[in-house]
Amino acid sequence: MNQEIRNKLLLEPGLEGMEMFEHFAQQAPYLKDLGQKLSRKIVATLQEAIRLSGLQDGMTISFHHAFREGDKTINNVVQILADMGFKNLTLASSSLLSCNAPLIEHIKSGVISRIYTSGMRGKLAEAISNGLMEHPVHIHSHGGRVKLIQSGELKLDVAFLGVSACDEFGNANGVSGKSRCGSLGYAKVDAQFANKVIMLTEEFVTFPNTPASISQDQVDYIVKVDQVGDPSKISVGAARVTSNPRELLIARLAADVIEHSGYFKDGFSLQTGSGASSTAATRFLESRMRKQDIKASFALGGITGGIVDLFRKGLIAKLVDTQSFDADAADSLRDSPNHIEVSTNEYANPISKGTYCDRVDVVILSALEVDLDFNVNVITGSDGVMRGASGGHSDVAAAANLSIVVAPLIRSRIPTIVKHVTTVVTPGECIGVLVTDHGIAVNPNRPEVAERLKEAGLPVMTIEELYARSVAITGEPAPIEFLDKIVGIIRYRDGTVIDVVRQVKP
Amino acid sequence: MKIVKEAVAGTLESSDLLVKVAPLADDKVDLVIESEVMRQFGAQIRKVVEETLRQLGVRSGQIVIEDKGALDCAIRARVQTAVLRGAECKEMNWSALS
Repeated sequence: MNQEIRNKLLLEPGLEGMEMFEHFAQQAPYLKDLGQKLSRKIVATLQEAIRLSGLQDGMTISFHHAFREGDKTINNVVQILADMGFKNLTLASSSLLSCNAPLIEHIKSGVISRIYTSGMRGKLAEAISNGLMEHPVHIHSHGGRVKLIQSGELKLDVAFLGVSACDEFGNANGVSGKSRCGSLGYAKVDAQFANKVIMLTEEFVTFPNTPASISQDQVDYIVKVDQVGDPSKISVGAARVTSNPRELLIARLAADVIEHSGYFKDGFSLQTGSGASSTAATRFLESRMRKQDIKASFALGGITGGIVDLFRKGLIAKLVDTQSFDADAADSLRDSPNHIEVSTNEYANPISKGTYCDRVDVVILSALEVDLDFNVNVITGSDGVMRGASGGHSDVAAAANLSIVVAPLIRSRIPTIVKHVTTVVTPGECIGVLVTDHGIAVNPNRPEVAERLKEAGLPVMTIEELYARSVAITGEPAPIEFLDKIVGIIRYRDGTVIDVVRQVKP
Repeated sequence: MKIVKEAVAGTLESSDLLVKVAPLADDKVDLVIESEVMRQFGAQIRKVVEETLRQLGVRSGQIVIEDKGALDCAIRARVQTAVLRGAECKEMNWSALS
C-alpha cells in the first residue's frame, strides 16, 4: 500500500481507529524468524516463564493433581515462587495431598494466603485444621471447581501444568513419555480457563503429539524439567487395592446391592469412587454380569485397574476417564479408542452444557462418617481434623440414579455412623443405600430400593439399628470441641455453602 | 498385686494397644495414656484402665499405654496381662480377672 493511498484511507470516517497493514508479520513477528516460529514458547527456566507470564503478588496460580501422592510439580513451583519473592498468592490446585506438606512453610511466610482445593491430607491438613491460615480454605467438588471458575469467583491467572511429554508447541497428553499419569481430566480445565498456561514437561516428543489432551492453542510457555510426578504413587492412599477381608466383605455386599437395586440391566452405567471397598466392588461384579448376560454401556470416573479388567473382558463398552487411578488405567487410555478422556467440566460441573455424571445409574462412594439423615462427611476425621477430599462425591451422588455409600461400621474404635456428621459434604437426600460390614441401611426416601433388597434376602436394617449396634461395641464417642475460627468452607457443587470446618481445640 | 519388674503386653497394630508396666519405689500409680482416639474416647479409656488396675489391686507402678483404637475388652485384657507379667504372677485368680 503506498503512502498516498494510506493517507487517504486514514481520512475515511469508516476506518477511523483501525490499524493499516504494513507487512505479513506485523502482528506475529516470530513468523519472520524460523527458530522463533517453531520454538518461541520454549523457555529455558521456570523463573523466566513466570516473569513472562506476568504473575503478580495477589494473583491465583493453579495446578492439577493427577499424580496424587507422586506429584513433583506443586511443591517445586511454589518453592520457586517463594524464592522469587512472590507474596499473597491464591493456590488453586484441583486437590492437595499428604505430599504437599512443604506448603506449610510457604503459608507461614505469606507466599500462599488463600487456598481452593478439593481436599487435603497429612501434615498440611493438620496444620490448616489447627488454624494455620488467616483465610479459610475453600473445599470444592471436582465439578464445583469448574463452576467456581465459570462463575468468576475463581480466576486462574497462571496455570502450571505438569505433563510427561509434549511437543514444542505444547500439545500434551498423559499417555506418552515416561511419567504417565493417564487422563489429564483436571488439567484440561485449567488449560481452557487460565489466563496464562505454563506447561512443565519431562521431555519433548515429535510434533504433532497426539492425541492432544491439552492443545497447543491453550499453552503460552513450555519449560523442560527433570520430573513432574511419580506415577507409581498415584495408587497410594485413597486409591489403594485391598486384600483386607472386611473391605472385601463390604465390596461383595455392595455388588449384591447393585445386582438387586433395580438398575442392574443390560446397558446400565456405573462409577466406583476411590476407597478400598469401592474399587474392590468391581471384582465382585463380573460373575453377576456374566450370569445374567448384562453388559454396562459405560463406566465413569476415576478409572481403576478393576474397571479396566471388566472393560477388557467386554463387560463394559466404554470407559470415561477424568483421572486414571493406576498404570492399568493409564495404559488402557493410551491403547484403547473406547477408553476416552474427559475434563471435569464434561464429568461433573453442574452448569456444564452436558456432564457424564448425569447419565450414571449406580455409583459406589466412600465415607468417613454417615449420620442418621444419611448426610456424608468425606473431609474431616471424627477428631475434627481435615483428612480427605470432596472429590466427585457430591457431584455424582446428586446426579446418579442410585448412590451407594460403602464404609466399615467401625474403624479401629471410631464409629462410622454418627448422630450428626462432623462436616456435611454430600447431603443425605442424595444417598440411597449405606453398605457396612454389619448390614445395609436404605434411605427412607428410597422405599422401592429397600423392598427389592429385602426380597433378595440382603441384610437390610434401619440406619438407627446400625447406629445402635456400633455404639454397643465402641461406646459413645465424646463430642469434639472446636474453636470459633472457621478454617474451611465446604462449597457444594453449585457453589453454595453447605457447611464450615472450625479450628479444632488444641 | 505388686509390680516387681518391667513387662509389656499387646502390639501397636490398629485396634490394639501396647501396655508397659514398671515398678515404682513410692506407693502410687503413674498412669500415662496416649491414644489415637484420645479426643473421642480418652476419658473412657482412662476409666477402663483404672477399673482394671483396681480389680487387680495394683497400688504402685508406672503404667504406660499406647492405644491404637482398641475396644474396652481389648484394653482390659492387655492391661491385665501386662500387670500379671510384671507381678510375676504364677497362680491365676480367674474370678478376680472377670
